[in-house]
Amino acid sequence: MIINHPLLGPRDAAEFVYLGDAGLIDRPDWQADDAAQAFHDYMYLRDNPAGLHRELWFHEQGDRSWLVVTRNTVTHEITNVELARDVAIAQGRGQ
Amino acid sequence: MSINRLTGGLIDHASPLQFTFDGKTFEGRKGDTLASALLANDVRLMGRSFKYHRPRGVLSAGSEEPNALVELRSGARREPNTRATTVELFDGLTADSQNRLGSLKFDALGVNDVFHRFFAAGFYYKTFMWPKAFWEKLYEPMIRHAAGLGSISLQDDPDVYDKGFLHCDLLVVGAGPAGLAAALTAGRAGARVILAEEDFLLGGRLIADTGTLTDMSGADWVGTAQAELATMDNVRIMPRTTVVGAYDHGVYGAVERISDHLAVPEDGKPRQVFWRIYSKRALVCAGAIERPIAFENNDRPGVMLAGAVRAYANRWAATPAPSVVVFTNNDDGHRTAADLVAKGVSVPTIVDTRDTAPDMQGTEVLAGAQIADTKGRLGVKSVTVKLINGQTRVIPCGAVAVSGGWNPNLGLTCHQRGRPVWSEKILSFVPGGDLPQGQSVAGAANGETSTHSALASGAQGAVDALESIGLTAQAGDLPAAEDRPVSVSPFWYVQGAKRAWVDFQNDVTVKDIKLSHQEGFRSVEHLKRYTTLGMATDQGKTANLTGLAVMAELTGKTIPETGTTIFRPPYTPVAMGALAGRSVGKAFHPTRLTPSHHWAAEQGAEFVEVGNWLRAQYFPRPGETHWRQAVDREVLATRSSVGVCDVTTLGKIDVQGADAAAFLNKIYANGFAKLAVGKVRYGLMLREDGIAYDDGTAARLAEDHFVVTTTTANAVPVYRNMEFARQCLWPDLDVQLISTTEAWAQYAVAGPNARKLLQKIVDPEFDITNDAFPFMACGEITVGGGLRARLFRISFSGELAFEIAVPTRYGDALIRRLMDEGQEFDLTPYGTEALGVMRIEKGHATGAELNGTTTALNLGMGRMVSKKKDCIGNTLSERDGLNTADALALVGLKPKGDGQIMTGSHLMAASGPVDAAHDQGYVTSAAYSPILESSIGLAFVKNGSNRLGETMRAVNPLEGGELLVELVSAHFVDPEGGRLRD
Repeated sequence: MIINHPLLGPRDAAEFVYLGDAGLIDRPDWQADDAAQAFHDYMYLRDNPAGLHRELWFHEQGDRSWLVVTRNTVTHEITNVELARDVAIAQGRGQ
Repeated sequence: MSINRLTGGLIDHASPLQFTFDGKTFEGRKGDTLASALLANDVRLMGRSFKYHRPRGVLSAGSEEPNALVELRSGARREPNTRATTVELFDGLTADSQNRLGSLKFDALGVNDVFHRFFAAGFYYKTFMWPKAFWEKLYEPMIRHAAGLGSISLQDDPDVYDKGFLHCDLLVVGAGPAGLAAALTAGRAGARVILAEEDFLLGGRLIADTGTLTDMSGADWVGTAQAELATMDNVRIMPRTTVVGAYDHGVYGAVERISDHLAVPEDGKPRQVFWRIYSKRALVCAGAIERPIAFENNDRPGVMLAGAVRAYANRWAATPAPSVVVFTNNDDGHRTAADLVAKGVSVPTIVDTRDTAPDMQGTEVLAGAQIADTKGRLGVKSVTVKLINGQTRVIPCGAVAVSGGWNPNLGLTCHQRGRPVWSEKILSFVPGGDLPQGQSVAGAANGETSTHSALASGAQGAVDALESIGLTAQAGDLPAAEDRPVSVSPFWYVQGAKRAWVDFQNDVTVKDIKLSHQEGFRSVEHLKRYTTLGMATDQGKTANLTGLAVMAELTGKTIPETGTTIFRPPYTPVAMGALAGRSVGKAFHPTRLTPSHHWAAEQGAEFVEVGNWLRAQYFPRPGETHWRQAVDREVLATRSSVGVCDVTTLGKIDVQGADAAAFLNKIYANGFAKLAVGKVRYGLMLREDGIAYDDGTAARLAEDHFVVTTTTANAVPVYRNMEFARQCLWPDLDVQLISTTEAWAQYAVAGPNARKLLQKIVDPEFDITNDAFPFMACGEITVGGGLRARLFRISFSGELAFEIAVPTRYGDALIRRLMDEGQEFDLTPYGTEALGVMRIEKGHATGAELNGTTTALNLGMGRMVSKKKDCIGNTLSERDGLNTADALALVGLKPKGDGQIMTGSHLMAASGPVDAAHDQGYVTSAAYSPILESSIGLAFVKNGSNRLGETMRAVNPLEGGELLVELVSAHFVDPEGGRLRD
């Protein structure tokens, strides 16, 4: 597979390490009343869609960016690649 | 020369080559394949079948060959299961037939064939079920001995294989008429083109058939096309290259056989190269594969595909026999007859299954007839023809050229999600939708059966492919070529046969398919697995469609309704060596050397692999005959004076930024916000699920600058996770990370004289006395007169100890300087074994304790996990299940009396049952302590911290043994920690 890195252009997937669902960015609030349940869900419950999937890839053999790659798990078509940091900020993390 | 060698062809009649087959010497010609040379020498019998050991000869003239598999070369270069049809002849070639017991002509295992009725489909599943004990002792060894293909050399491959990467606008797979037209079209347009051809000559059917292109022979036109392509810098022609797989996003795998046509690779040249080709577009021009018709005894040597017989005659000037009967259901079979006659081969009869068949001047054509049987034990001697009027006639001949129609070569089109679709016009499957991204298909591979349509579709395919990436090309003028319509009738097998072979390599007959259907295996996938149809090394290239047709007839459905089989990579078998490339032996993974490696090697150190690192394990001295002697000495010397150990392999991560402390507070379970500048703190990292992950230290060199250490094993993943936390979880924090593991050489200097030794090399302006530089101090210093260094007062051994770091390039000089200055203290270098002994004596955890199942609570560090801050893992570490009253706790173990504690032992009560239900814990680490003069261990025991003093049994059912042990504090040496602070 080839991942079109937002900063570096097309790179072979072999340069990357795969983590999983981009939902891992949405780490729950540790002080919330339901924190235990929320962390359980965050840690263990994942969707496994046949189709578009937003997932985290780390450019370990490259510039060390974490990326959010939107990939069709059936066809492997990659429709979008973003810097995970931009995604995290856009989702309001670290406010 | 042999009676089967004809004139002409694309072989060099003036260049004789000697080769041996089964020890007998033959002569071939330059340009021959092993198969063509054997045929020319009247050798039809080339192997034995997989299951029944039936005599088999060559079927095809290409890589689809199911029968003629040989062991090529000898000694370490011996290569089994090589297809004689693709082996390019060289002088001195040696080949042997395989899968036989005794000689090829009198294979003792041919007895399997006599008992064939017991070996039908599903035979293994049914017969060898009972009695159960017989399977391992009798059936399996017997089957393994009798079945199977060639044997491997069991020696190291003496040749080198390589890997490479190529990029192009258009990858053209196959250099037949379609591929050549495509490459010319794209090449002339200036596109970057790779033309890959499996054969050693370009041309495909153009050099196997006799048709002309305008006024040139096929071979001459191929020659001019190749010459033009060779002048283009933007075109790379790759003969002897098989594209074996189509992968995501236009990536293709290809094997180039650089040296397979030579006895031994030329100096410095690899045997094969595995290419990864990155293409913007790919055009598959892989041609078509002829299919046989199944009839009684259609597997005798001499029964061949008609197109192959024609290719042997036209290209290789060889015929399997002086007299060949043609059996066909289509017009193409008649071309074979005509070409053979033109070459002087006798064709007594064309047997055409169609009621109306074309006439042929001078040759008898039997329309509406079928071949009912063949005779000849080791090769065809005659065929029995069933005529249209029901009578039979025996026709003597030495070979049968069979044509059942042509199947597009679908391999690469199916490697992603592509499902072929049925074509009534050619009675076969053609590529459907969902091709791999950027791939299109032209020529016979797309069902274009004439030379004209192949040329035209290849040229147009290139134009279309380039247009889709914004390049303009012109199809140009094409040479005039035959444009015959297809005329094929659906005829798959002759009715009433007892044993008509469909899959030659796996010995599957029409009857096996019927049996499979009768027993309820009706889906194509079940059929395949029950009969093994299509599951041999040839992937059923010549068999699958016939198998499907038989199944369709039995189920009363059409073939497309019955289903289709698809193909997976690789298209043809790939040598393991090609996949490994240079990554063999010592180059299997990189070897990382510590800065003191060369010095340690000079001292005669023994090394141990730790991940990719080589670390000194211990430093034996003359007279020491056992590793324990060296290790005990190193421990005692360190604890009594001073020792030095290279600890460079520990991961080092530089953390800088205004929010560096806040960031570490998130990463570590314990607090870091208040750590003073110039201080080090032990840190424990958890996984988000609350399990202990890694430990190390963080040293605060400045308000906004920390140096974090990790364990050797986790240096890479910890860094990765810290980047994840920085970029994805807390993107607002002002912090930057970089791995500096390889930038700093770091040594532990431990023992009562550690400070005195270091004072000799630390520049005098830096005060490292206990008051100025107490336990857990750190600082940036200089040594040896100005060399920048970092000093940390931390201890893994439990002694007064420092870790000193200098830029890596000074690491060798530093160890030599330390050893010089340390002579007066008898400075002793120690390796990983002594390091391990001392940390067990001190009760420090490592990967054996942080083993992915244990928590901070288990490790006795429960209180370190801060509940006042947000950090990775603290919420889930509070789960009830991880905090039960009888949770495992880390304790020390000492044997009662003599005895040796073994790692992996489980702990049971002093008396009572020994089983999983009574398991109370397990031993994680064990060593001989030279200080205590006893075996000691670390263990996790249920509620262990409240059970010190208790006696338990450490049992080891795996290695045997049972030992009474006492639970003690894990801190065997200096439990109060006074030495650290001296």
